[in-house]
Amino acid sequence: MTITLHVNGRDHTLEADPSTPLLYVLRGDLKLNGAKYGCGLGQCGACTVQVDGRAVFSCLTPIAALEGRRIRTVEGLGTTDQPSRLQAAFLTEQAAQCGYCIAGMIMRAQALLERSTRPTEAELRAHMAPNLCRCGTHMRILRAVRRAATAMGGGVRSDAEDAL
Amino acid sequence: MSALTRRRLLGQGALVVAFSLSRRATAQVAEKKPALPGDLDKYPLLDSWIRIDADGHITAFTGKAELGQGLKTALIQVAADELAVPPASIELITADTARTPDEGVTSGSHSMQDSGAAILNAAANVRVLLTEAAAWRWLVAAEQVELHDGAAHAPNGESLGYGELAAMLSLHVEAKPDVARREKGVRLIGTDLARVDIPAKVTGGVAYVQDMRLPGMLHARVVRGPSEGTWPKPADVDAAARMPGVVQVVRDGGFTAVLATQEWQAVKALQRLQSAGWDRPGTPLPAEDMRDAIRRLPSQEVPIFDYPGPPTPSDGKVVKARYSRPCLMHGSIGPSCAVALWENDGVTVWTHSQGVYPLRKSLAELLRLPANKVRCIHAEGSGCYGHNGADDVAADAALAARAVSGRPVRLQWMREQEHGWEPLGSAMVVELEATLADGGIAGWRHDVWSNAHSTRPVTAGGLLAGAEHDPPFPRQIPKPIPMPEGGGHRNGNPLYAITNAKGTYHFIEQAPVRVSALRSLGAHMNVFAIECFMDELAKAAGADPLAFRLAHMTDARAREVMQTAADRFGWAGRVKGGGGRGCGFAFARYKNLAAYCAVAMEVAVDRDSGDIKIPRVVAAVDSGEAVNPDGIRNQVEGAIIQSLSWTIHEAVAFDTTHRLSFDWSAYPILRFDALPATVDVHLIDRPRTPFLGTGEAGQGPAAAALANAVADAVSLRIRDMPLAPEKVKAVLRS
Repeated sequence: MTITLHVNGRDHTLEADPSTPLLYVLRGDLKLNGAKYGCGLGQCGACTVQVDGRAVFSCLTPIAALEGRRIRTVEGLGTTDQPSRLQAAFLTEQAAQCGYCIAGMIMRAQALLERSTRPTEAELRAHMAPNLCRCGTHMRILRAVRRAATAMGGGVRSDAEDAL
Repeated sequence: MSALTRRRLLGQGALVVAFSLSRRATAQVAEKKPALPGDLDKYPLLDSWIRIDADGHITAFTGKAELGQGLKTALIQVAADELAVPPASIELITADTARTPDEGVTSGSHSMQDSGAAILNAAANVRVLLTEAAAWRWLVAAEQVELHDGAAHAPNGESLGYGELAAMLSLHVEAKPDVARREKGVRLIGTDLARVDIPAKVTGGVAYVQDMRLPGMLHARVVRGPSEGTWPKPADVDAAARMPGVVQVVRDGGFTAVLATQEWQAVKALQRLQSAGWDRPGTPLPAEDMRDAIRRLPSQEVPIFDYPGPPTPSDGKVVKARYSRPCLMHGSIGPSCAVALWENDGVTVWTHSQGVYPLRKSLAELLRLPANKVRCIHAEGSGCYGHNGADDVAADAALAARAVSGRPVRLQWMREQEHGWEPLGSAMVVELEATLADGGIAGWRHDVWSNAHSTRPVTAGGLLAGAEHDPPFPRQIPKPIPMPEGGGHRNGNPLYAITNAKGTYHFIEQAPVRVSALRSLGAHMNVFAIECFMDELAKAAGADPLAFRLAHMTDARAREVMQTAADRFGWAGRVKGGGGRGCGFAFARYKNLAAYCAVAMEVAVDRDSGDIKIPRVVAAVDSGEAVNPDGIRNQVEGAIIQSLSWTIHEAVAFDTTHRLSFDWSAYPILRFDALPATVDVHLIDRPRTPFLGTGEAGQGPAAAALANAVADAVSLRIRDMPLAPEKVKAVLRS
């Protein structure tokens, strides 16, 4: 069927099986690299994108459900020359090792910061829990989100023991 | 890999390789020469490592690969520092069988020691040649020539670019030993240069082999049962071949792959091809825990160490303990992937293998091609942490692509294939016995049982597809990795000053399940056991765990690392153990020849749930000369977190037919809500000393520090990993 998807501020009309998960359309038809295939099961978050501001697993979301919705991938935030504040914070904190999970991490964090730039540390950690990192870059990812929250005029409450 | 065009990927280099990649064995004359640093000794010609074009463009070459450990950045820093140019002036080419030296496998925390040292010294040699060329041109003394920013500068203000100078000389010469490092000017080594690969990774650039899109590329999936030893039942291949977008179902002996124009079409066809179910025709898997199962198998006794000393005093206090870990998974977040293209009776494979040269050899045998018809080019993948599916999927892609010569094929494994087929880190058992006399260690026995810790492919039989070939290629017979590196016995020899001490590795060749190298190999288990045992001995001797360690340690750098971690942690004033709260300490020098690492940790154990919370972790590390201190911190932070995941949360489960840990719900790993509150890593930099590999230094100490902290908190020792909540709860109730 023909479907129009609104991705990163632009409409894209394409032919696809309506049951196709968004991930494959983003990577295949739209040639976007940010969302990654990790599990196809909604367990790891490597494929995380925003739909109407909320973080969703693009590997599980069929495109049939997405017409008229605002889809945003990490490519929609900024570029290497002009990174968004959140991307810039990931660069400053060098918050990546292999980095395969990082675009998904950024999109999940973006959804949180759009809702509130003043989460508690416990809220931040709970919010990020659906996304897996295997390199153990978690502490840096949290630092990057805290840095971005501050840059956006808010800040994450830093009492780390509260988060336990 | 910014502009990842086919021309860029395939082009360049092919003509210039033959003459500069000769190994020392063939390049060398009969007389014995002094050893050169790192892999420069194997490839002494300077242009194997550094080339300078007439336009001044500088290319550095490494046979090692970027695995997310920051290798590219560190090697660029090393080359740029010694050549006195900005880092952006260096183009670095990583592992590629057509272009770079054969530096074996990127593993064992070897890259800085092998390749970093080689590039550093090759660059120093090149700098000297450039200086001499400029001095000759200007008829001045070499000491009067200054090199910076890609040019040589004369006292009278004249300058000559590196390109002009390079055109005057040949870099196709052997390196000289003992060339002095650059003394003057701005240093890059020791600075936190930002990683060159991260910008693309945070903005959705082309960063991974998974992101490659070559013209006309097809997407493929390989058809397999759920895990090693299983086979899919015959499926309706014709029905799958008729599905939308399917180009071909490739069958070759027991190998089956499906090719489609779009990725989701390939996935749907795979589901169809797997829908008939599966069998396990061969021997069932053991019903018991893998630790017990491997102990029943025959073993080869390999001595680890034997430190003679006075016999154990008869009135000494004997302490014994047994420690164990289950099979562990690498668990890459991105399933393994490769792109293959057949052209001119040969194949090019873009792969995230850790060893492009051994992979080429294995593929050549599998595909019945001469090695020079197989080119393996490293392209980044998801972090691997050892031998995961990278090599196997490269073979799968090559076989799938053979059916469509001229068209590139991208083949990625599914999540359940990575979980089901990746080689596991072996289950392990360690038994320790020591005698205490006069408050010190007077005798020590270490026995470790384990399957092999490397089955990396060096023949077709080392690849999954090799076993699916008709007839199957003979499987590789694993051998114990010799000390001082060691496999299952890696770090089985404590660095402590002990005598009357002996260690034995009980190497079990026969493996009920597929096993291979997992980050730090046996060091995770051996350091866990030794460092837990040191705490048990300290307790038996009535000594403080840190003081007991220091009393048995003569290595000054080890002592400083321990003392630094302890001071930064506030060990002397730590919370008193008991009531669910406690602190633990552990130390190791990786392989006793790489980085030193000490970890101190505080835990809070919930007696009702068995849950372990970690208020803080403090580590100290000595990596020799720190090229990129932040990169080292990143690696050590990662090692600690990953090891906490292994040690608290992970165990691969089996029934008698297959692996049960088929996804992240069946094999849970650490998530954000279980993180420590803080992790601090302190570096002890040792400028102008050899680089000491760091990537695997933290796993053992982190695991043992955790177990020691838990023992301190609940006054009970848990010796079998994982320290999962159910086990902690059970121990507390016992």
